[in-house]
Amino acid sequence: MKQQELEKSKEYKYGFVTDIESVKAPKGLSEEVIRFISKIKKEPKWMLEWRLKAFNRLNSIKEPNWQKPKYPKINYQDLYYYSAPKSIKDKPKSLDEVDPKLLETYKKLGISLKEQEKLAGVAVDAVFDSVSVATTFKDKLTKKGIIFCSISEAIQKHPDLVKKYLGSVIPITDHYFATLNSAVFTDGSFVYIPEGVRCPMELSTYFRINASDTGQFERTLIIADKGSYVSYLEGCTAPMRDENQLHAANVELVALDDAEIKYSTVQNWYPGDKNGKGGIYNFVTKRGACRGKNSKISWTQVETGSAITWKYPSCILQGDNSIGEFYSIAITNNHQKADTGTKMIHLGKNTKSKIISKGISAGYADNTYRGLVDINKKAINSRNYTQCDSLLMGNKCGAHTVPYIKNKNCSSTTEHEATTSKINEEQLYYCNQRGLNQEEAIGLIVNGFCKEVLQQLPMEFAVEAQKLVGISLEGSVG
Amino acid sequence: MLEIKDLKASINNKPILKGLNLNIKDGELHAIMGPNGSGKSTLANVLSGKSGYDISGKLTFKGEDLKAISVEKRAQKGIFLAFQYPLEIPGVNTNNFLKTSLNSVRRAKGDKEIDTLAFLKLVKEKSAELGIDEKILSRQLNVGFSGGEKKKNEILQMKILDPNLSILDETDSGLDIDALKIIAKGVNSSRNGKNSFLVITHYQRLLDYIKPDFVHVLSDGKIIKTGCSELAEELEKTGYKKLN
Repeated sequence: MKQQELEKSKEYKYGFVTDIESVKAPKGLSEEVIRFISKIKKEPKWMLEWRLKAFNRLNSIKEPNWQKPKYPKINYQDLYYYSAPKSIKDKPKSLDEVDPKLLETYKKLGISLKEQEKLAGVAVDAVFDSVSVATTFKDKLTKKGIIFCSISEAIQKHPDLVKKYLGSVIPITDHYFATLNSAVFTDGSFVYIPEGVRCPMELSTYFRINASDTGQFERTLIIADKGSYVSYLEGCTAPMRDENQLHAANVELVALDDAEIKYSTVQNWYPGDKNGKGGIYNFVTKRGACRGKNSKISWTQVETGSAITWKYPSCILQGDNSIGEFYSIAITNNHQKADTGTKMIHLGKNTKSKIISKGISAGYADNTYRGLVDINKKAINSRNYTQCDSLLMGNKCGAHTVPYIKNKNCSSTTEHEATTSKINEEQLYYCNQRGLNQEEAIGLIVNGFCKEVLQQLPMEFAVEAQKLVGISLEGSVG
Repeated sequence: MLEIKDLKASINNKPILKGLNLNIKDGELHAIMGPNGSGKSTLANVLSGKSGYDISGKLTFKGEDLKAISVEKRAQKGIFLAFQYPLEIPGVNTNNFLKTSLNSVRRAKGDKEIDTLAFLKLVKEKSAELGIDEKILSRQLNVGFSGGEKKKNEILQMKILDPNLSILDETDSGLDIDALKIIAKGVNSSRNGKNSFLVITHYQRLLDYIKPDFVHVLSDGKIIKTGCSELAEELEKTGYKKLN
């Protein structure tokens, strides 16, 4: 490795590229490409039609442009919409059949599937570029009636569930990127928890973008039937590349009566280099519907990577007494930009929502919290609590808070608190005087600042996230 | 242990220490007294390595020139500063902070990191000695602590880190007489004949309970008088003005 590359890889430790031959769809976006994707995935006709409907709509709509971080025009004809490692064309039946090179990649990422299988605790559905590599723990889950597989597999094996729920939270008409995803999505995870079942382990997906010039359009659908519970974890990394890569995922959650879904994300896509070259455009649509009474959806996100993060994991609180929560840490360093937050749409009676957002900016970065709390006329006795805290490091970065609050009935209450502070030199000095170096001190203070969100994460994720918080801010103070 | 010769320090071109001389040998306890604005806290900051000062003169610790050494390295080498105003760090558990701190110091010395069990035992023992309610140690660092709790927490950290040189920057200010006695006891029981102390104070009160080997009077950035503990008593009667 050349000196320069060595230095580069020190900055982003997941920046390696796996040399695997891949099968790609022809470059560009066209009906042919969509037919190609649908065909290679052996999809039923209704799925192809669904995709084409989205594709046709795409021609008549434009990308939204109200967000704060601007980006150069994306040439959608210059992207590959399908890329799969060649050896996976015939999907492996078990882990032993998986290309060892792929498994090696996962090992580097710290999620060796074999180990995971043995150590128990996390069932992983790993998505490599556009296809799901292997799903562990299937047997144990099957016994409980839980379906955890790739969305491609679900389309074939559980078409009724997919037909009923796919697009029911994020309709194909939603907005440009959601529609684009509906047309070209390649893979992702599918989860169904049957009535009354508490999922016995954390379910997890690990996404990775490997091939160059590819967009990753994964689609995740999670359905928690009446009285069920599931906790789902998602982690993301990508190799370092000079060009920007587009990631436009759609994640839909549906919670029926008395059901609860906890969805946690640790996003560490490649953020670009120190000067803002390269990095992932993370334009993701995540939305959950608390469709049943007493249901609950909780989003927790730790966003440390990507050149631009633009997403609003949201909750539609339809069922009476339903609860929506959003816990977020967004860290931007160097030239990274984030415009993130949530939407809490209160429709049912006695619905509650809670928003805790922690934004941290360093270097030349820009960090915006944007959120909507919309309490409808019929959503009587509803409540929202919002807390947005921003932490600035240095004097060239920015933090913005843009809350929209609509309360349309007088029996409901909303509270909003916001603070902006600078990392305190005296605090750093105090930590240094106790023997902690600058990096440790920053990690400690920032982790303290983020504590309310970090403690929402499942244990093993919390440890990883804490380390990530420290690493993301390395070299950001004097 | 510590040798200071003709130490000058200025901040934003404003001279504060103007040629200070001080020698602290192993096992000694020195007290520095002086009026407001005489440079007491600056001396504490300069010894700990706080940035922002322009410094000249001789400043060695265990024979090593300190001037180019960073704050954390000095701490790891065994210099401890009990802050006049201990900082609050929200969200950071006090015990966790103490352990992180102890382990950085141990790592720097080449010692093995302490495990949680041994650490908790150590904390229990030391906090009992200082009459610290263990409950506050699971709270956020210094957040919502009373003035007395904050100062006791500083002395607890000192006892846990077991430094070679402890600098106490007006640890006695704002304390009631009971807390003062506990802190004095904490300092006295830490003395082992090898470690040294520099106690900075306004009042003689603390020196009723901690017996210094030497008392220095700092005025306008210089030590203008040095004596035994009787000097402190004399100062209490006559005030600083007479010395100038």
